[in-house]
Amino acid sequence: MTNGPLQGIRITEFTSAWAGPYATCLLALLGAEVIKVESRKRIDHSRFIAFSMGKTFTGPDESSVFDNLNLNKKGVCLNLSQPEAVEIAKKLAAKSDIVIENMRPGVMPRLGLGYDVLATLKEDLIYLSSSSCGQIGPDREFIGYAPNFASIGGLSHDTGYPDWPPSNLMGFIDLKSATTAAYAMLMALIHHQKTGEGQYIDLASQETVAILNSDMLLDYILNQRVNLRKGNKDEIMSPHNCYPCKEDDRWISIAVSTDEEWQSMCRVMGNTELADDKRFADVYNRWINQEALDETIGRWTETLDDYEVMILLQEAGIAAAPSLNSERLFADPHIQAREVFRSINHPVIGKNWVVAPPWRLSETPAAITHQSPLLGEHNHEVLNGLLGIPEEEIEKLQAEKVVY
Amino acid sequence: MEQTALDGVKVLEFCSRIGGAYCTKLMADMGAEVIKIEPPARGDDARRRGPFQGDTPHPEKSGHFLFLNSNKLGVTLDPRSPAGARLFKSLVEDIDILVVDTPPGMMEKFGLGYDSLKKLNPGLIMTAITAFGMTGPYKDYRAAHLNISHVSGQGYMLPIPSPDMSRPPVMPGGSKGGYDIGITALVAVLAADYWKGVSGKGQFLDISRQEALMAMQRIEATGFRNAGRSVDRSAETHRRRIGGMMACKDGYITVIVPQEHQWNSLLELMGNPEWSQEPDCQDPNKRLDQADEINQRIADFIKDYTRREIVKLGQSFSIPFSPVNTAQDIVESEQFNAVGFFKSITHPVMGEVKFPSAPYRFSKTPWSIRRTAPLLGEHNEIIFCDRLGVSREELIRLRQSDII
Repeated sequence: MTNGPLQGIRITEFTSAWAGPYATCLLALLGAEVIKVESRKRIDHSRFIAFSMGKTFTGPDESSVFDNLNLNKKGVCLNLSQPEAVEIAKKLAAKSDIVIENMRPGVMPRLGLGYDVLATLKEDLIYLSSSSCGQIGPDREFIGYAPNFASIGGLSHDTGYPDWPPSNLMGFIDLKSATTAAYAMLMALIHHQKTGEGQYIDLASQETVAILNSDMLLDYILNQRVNLRKGNKDEIMSPHNCYPCKEDDRWISIAVSTDEEWQSMCRVMGNTELADDKRFADVYNRWINQEALDETIGRWTETLDDYEVMILLQEAGIAAAPSLNSERLFADPHIQAREVFRSINHPVIGKNWVVAPPWRLSETPAAITHQSPLLGEHNHEVLNGLLGIPEEEIEKLQAEKVVY
Repeated sequence: MEQTALDGVKVLEFCSRIGGAYCTKLMADMGAEVIKIEPPARGDDARRRGPFQGDTPHPEKSGHFLFLNSNKLGVTLDPRSPAGARLFKSLVEDIDILVVDTPPGMMEKFGLGYDSLKKLNPGLIMTAITAFGMTGPYKDYRAAHLNISHVSGQGYMLPIPSPDMSRPPVMPGGSKGGYDIGITALVAVLAADYWKGVSGKGQFLDISRQEALMAMQRIEATGFRNAGRSVDRSAETHRRRIGGMMACKDGYITVIVPQEHQWNSLLELMGNPEWSQEPDCQDPNKRLDQADEINQRIADFIKDYTRREIVKLGQSFSIPFSPVNTAQDIVESEQFNAVGFFKSITHPVMGEVKFPSAPYRFSKTPWSIRRTAPLLGEHNEIIFCDRLGVSREELIRLRQSDII
């Protein structure tokens, strides 16, 4: 338990993969008690594969990915293909403030765990369903993963270079959907706090990506324009790109917004000719001539280390930062000073690294208090402690593969 | 009128970037009263960003501003002068949540730091969204969204895949960026508001834009320590994967088969071709050694279909195929229109506009539009005169001195 702002809130989740689990992970970091219902029968695949890392695991408790997405939660095994397991799940829901699920639309109702049923057991329940396309509409039963949400939501089409294919986006796409689900649950929780009323939320992952692309949607709506990929280009600023540095595959991102900044940059580059060059004299001309401009800047940056350029330019008040990979994020002095990476002692994995909660709350800090649950780690605590099922009964249920 | 989830929550926004503006827009859309402060005369930077209706730059015709500020009240105020700071303080006295995105130390310079403001309003939740957070060696560094995308580890991995590593990595495309920061901040803001409802207490929230994006990239960001590798964008990194972007008659589709039953369904769809029966192809790990050849075969199968045809066919076999959508595809999508993703709004200058609403449906407190984005200074009289008691004459003087 943490001293987080959501202490006292209980959430039961029926989710797997990334988009569902990370939604409740965020709330668990903020102090909510999250009980994850899962089963050996149909195991969460993030316990076995690290999709974007191209890595597989041999046992269910070895996944650093699962750990990073399920921190602070309790885990209980219920094989929902067994009616007795469904009855236990109902009891759990009845003791929860929020239920979240991300099964294919129709599955939860078929199991007897739909909102209509659970709301009769707990009238003021908040229940969020997260699916690819939503619970209604012609595509409602379509299945999808992060790359699908990104492509349907328009982000694949818009990311990359115009002369290359669209981007096959992964990881962070699911986490956009998860973050959206997390704030949606909190909106419903605040409504509940004021009125005592629960409700049902139908969230579509593909829409969580599309809505963040609204500028593009509105360009089509207002001007019938279909934008294409444009690399790092901005519609106004130039320079606005990544420039090569001395070592192989090292890049510095630079964004200049005003003429004053441009003049400062020329001084840092020690290039008075450039400062007087009419082609780059103002925002308009710099944008029109950005290819020549990018080339000139690249010739300067490739003589320097990326961090050197960052410091030189930042000291002159210009936005510049390196393009970092995982190894260099770990080595970065600012990230170290802010303790953005934390190591967790996991009983099976050993030392596992995770990213800290992305907010610092002065009075009710978010915190990592427990590694992700081992499969069935909290069976007794939840089934006996919370629901009062006697230990002998739990053993029997385990033998019958109900608690499984 | 339908009830709203955040009815009674009062928010003040003093932001010039997307993250803060989007965070408060989401609250406004769900019923919070949000007062947006813009610089006098010039207005918010977003008013100078496209898409503009009819491609005509105009402060009241920006689709970008329209999207980011729906349901907000708008005032103009420059808090740098003592008179401006006094009015700012009067506004703060009566609110629950203040969101600012000024650099660290700037609010203190105006006499409007958290320590001063909490004396006026002990229940205040003040949220500061900054580039690198309130502490640490880079806290005073500047950063456009381009820089944050790259220094958070996101840009380095894009586009996926990159056929030519001498070309710079890119930021995620589409919209102008920063929306992810808004939704991340919102989770903590709402949790703090919930806590205020429990305890009556306010607090200060430090949100780093860099950390918000790192949290969303948490699996890949920790890859170096947890999996011994830093994922990059090279074709080699992404080679051992079945699926990806595949061209068909009218664009691309995304193919992904993370689960073995989906792989088997894909083979069934393709008529169980002979090559797929080879032992090396049956073994999920050995299969990856020939990912290039297999992907070529899948691409050959797909190329003569339209996106809609092959996606429907694939999904009927429970294979997660999806179209790579452009903005036009989304605006015209049967699914997006069936769920009511787009709503019609009427703006005093732009007229009727088809408008992206939200990626979720709340059963009791649905998304609703009560007012479109404010015209510049639209609510100055209502807020300053009617609410704070500034006389009409005083308002004129404040206008003439560029304070309002």
